[in-house]
Amino acid sequence: METLAAEALRLDLDVIDYLILAIYFATVLGVGFAARRAIRTSADFFLSGRSMPAWVTGLAFVSANLGALEIIGMAANGAQYGLMTLHYYWIGAVPAMVFLGIVMMPFYYGSKVRSVPEFLRLRFNRPTHLFNALSFATAQVLIAGVNLYALALVLDALLGWPLWVSIVIGAAIVLTYIGIGGLSSAIYNEVLQFFVILAGLIPITIVGLVKVGGIDGLFAAVRDSDLGDAALHTWQGTASSANPLGANWIGIVFGLGFVLSFGYWTTNFAEVQRALSAKNMSAARRTPIIGAFPKLLIPAVTVIPGLIAIVTVKGLGADEGDYVYNNAIPLLMRDLLPNGVLGVAVTGLIASFMAGMAANVSGFNTVFTYDIWQTYIRRDRSDEYYLRIGRVATVGGIIIGIGTAFIAAGFSNIMNYIQALFSLFNAPLFATFIVGMFWKRMTAWAGFWSLLLGTASSLTLYLLYLADAVTFNSDLEESFWGAGLAFVTAVVVAVAVTLITESKPDDELRGLVYGLGGPTTSGEVILAGDKVWWRNPVLLGGIAVALAFLLYIPVW
Amino acid sequence: MSQESDRPGDEQPAEGADQEKVSAAARLFDVRRVIGGLFVVYGLIVTLLGLFDDSADIDKAQGVRINLWMGLAMLALGGFFLLWLRLSPTEVPATEADPEADAGPRKAAGT
Repeated sequence: METLAAEALRLDLDVIDYLILAIYFATVLGVGFAARRAIRTSADFFLSGRSMPAWVTGLAFVSANLGALEIIGMAANGAQYGLMTLHYYWIGAVPAMVFLGIVMMPFYYGSKVRSVPEFLRLRFNRPTHLFNALSFATAQVLIAGVNLYALALVLDALLGWPLWVSIVIGAAIVLTYIGIGGLSSAIYNEVLQFFVILAGLIPITIVGLVKVGGIDGLFAAVRDSDLGDAALHTWQGTASSANPLGANWIGIVFGLGFVLSFGYWTTNFAEVQRALSAKNMSAARRTPIIGAFPKLLIPAVTVIPGLIAIVTVKGLGADEGDYVYNNAIPLLMRDLLPNGVLGVAVTGLIASFMAGMAANVSGFNTVFTYDIWQTYIRRDRSDEYYLRIGRVATVGGIIIGIGTAFIAAGFSNIMNYIQALFSLFNAPLFATFIVGMFWKRMTAWAGFWSLLLGTASSLTLYLLYLADAVTFNSDLEESFWGAGLAFVTAVVVAVAVTLITESKPDDELRGLVYGLGGPTTSGEVILAGDKVWWRNPVLLGGIAVALAFLLYIPVW
Repeated sequence: MSQESDRPGDEQPAEGADQEKVSAAARLFDVRRVIGGLFVVYGLIVTLLGLFDDSADIDKAQGVRINLWMGLAMLALGGFFLLWLRLSPTEVPATEADPEADAGPRKAAGT
C-alpha cells in the first residue's frame, strides 16, 4: 500500500468499503426504528422490558466494555508491555465478572432495582443515592465525550474526515438509535457490533500471524526485539517490579485483580444495566458469566496483533506522531488488509466507538430519569411522562457529550483521563457496596460517609499528583494507589460510622443484604442453579475461572 | 413485589405499574435476524470480492486469500443465525422460563 500521502495512517478505502460502512449505519438505524415499536413504557425504554435472553445480554455485557478505546488501548499495551497485558483480561476481568454473576446479581436483580444508585437508596439512604446518581451521571457524559472525541480522531487519521464532521455524525447516529429505540436498540446494536468488530480483528490477526510465521515465529521475533523474553511471560518476573508492566504480583492480584477490576465490573451501571434487562434471575446471573467466555479469548485479537505490530511495523512506539503505540491496530489495517475486509475492519472500529458511547448514554438517561428526575424533582407523574423525560435526557446527554468531546480534546492522553475517572468513582463505590452487602449492621449514614470520603481521598491524591506534590512512577501507578486508598478509606469510614449510628431494622434490608433472604434472594435461589446443568451460573462461572488459570500456564 | 411495601420512607414511584405493563409490550423483532441478515450480505460482498482479488490484494495479505476466506466465514455465521432462527422461532421455549427465580409480578418472559 502506497501510503506516502500526507498522513502515514491514511487508508485507501474504495467504494466497496464505503458500501460496507453504509450498510452498517443503515442497519443500526433500522434496529432503532424497529425497536421503537416495542416501547410502550419507561421500563421498555430503560430496561428493554426485562425481556432479553441470556446470550444476548451476555454478549452485550462484554460488548459494552469492548469499546474501541479498549481495543486500541489493549493492542497498544500488547505492543508496549507484551503478554503481561493478558492480566487485564484473565485476572483483571474474568473473576470479577463471575463474582458479579454468582454473588451480587441476586441482590441487584432480585431487589428489582432499576439502577445501581437505586440499590444504594434501598440499602442506605437518599443522600448516598443522590451523591452516587450525580457522580455516575457526570462520569457517563464525560466518558461519552471521550468516546466521541476518540472516534473523531480515528476517522480523521484513517479517512481524513474533519473532527467536527465525525463528532456530529457519530452523535447524530447514536442519538437516533438510542433516542428512538432505547436500551433494546443499544443492546441489539452491541450484539451486532460484537460480531462486526471480531470480523474486523480476526483477519488482522490471521494475516499478521502468517506474515511473522505463526505463533512460534511471532514469539521468536519478540524475543529478538527490544521487548525481549520478558514480554512473553505473565507472572515469571513479578516477584519484583522489574518487569515490563512495572508491577509486582501483589499489585497485580490486589490492585488490578481486586480493587480496580471488581470496582469496574460489579458496580458500573453501564455494565450492570445489561444484566438487569435479562428476562429472569437465571438469565441475569448468567449474563456476566456468558460475557466472561469471549473475554477470555479477546486478547487473541487485541494483544497478539499488538505484538505483531511491534515486530512488523518499523518505528512503532514513537512518543508522538503516527507511530504511537495507540496506532498499532490502524497501522496493521493499513499494512495487511485488502479492500473488502478493510471495510469490515473500519466498520467494526467505528461501530465499537459508537457502542461505547451508546452504553454511556443509555446508562446516563436511565439514572437521570429514574434516580434524579423521578426521585428528587418530579415525583408521581405518569409513566408516559418519564418515558418522554428519558428521551429528552438522551438528547441532553448527547449534546453535553459533544461539549465534553471538546474538553477531552484538551487532554494529551485520553486513556489516562479515563483511568483517573475510574479510580475516582468506582473504587470507593465498590468498597461501600461490598461492606454493605455482607455486613447487615452497616448503617445508612455509614454508606454515605464511606462513599463521600472514599471518593474525596482518591480525588485528593489525584489532585496532589497533578500538582506534583506527590510523585509516582507512572499514571498507572497513581491510579492503582488512588484506587487502593479510596478502597481502604471507604471501608474504615464504613466501620467507624456504623459504630456510632443506628442500623436499619432487618425487615428493611431483606433481599438487599447477604444472609437476610427476601422472596427472591433466599439461600435456595442463590445457591441453586437453573434446572439444567449447563445453565447453572456457579458451574459456568467455575469453568470460566478455571479456564483463566489454564490459559495462564503456557505463558506464565 | 411484596418486600417493596415494607420499606417505610422509601417509596418506589410507579414501580408496580411499570412492572405490570412490561411484558405485554416487550415483543421485539429477533436480533438473530438482524445479525444473520447483515452477515449474509457482508459475506456475499466480501466473497465476491475475494473471487476476483488481483495479485496486489493477495500479496498485501501475505498470500492469504483473506477476502475469500473471511467472506465465506461471514456467510457461514450469517447462515447459522438465520438457521437458528428458523429452527427455534422467536417465541422462547417454556423451559427457558424459570418460575422460582422469576417469581415476580410479571409473567414468564416471552421474547
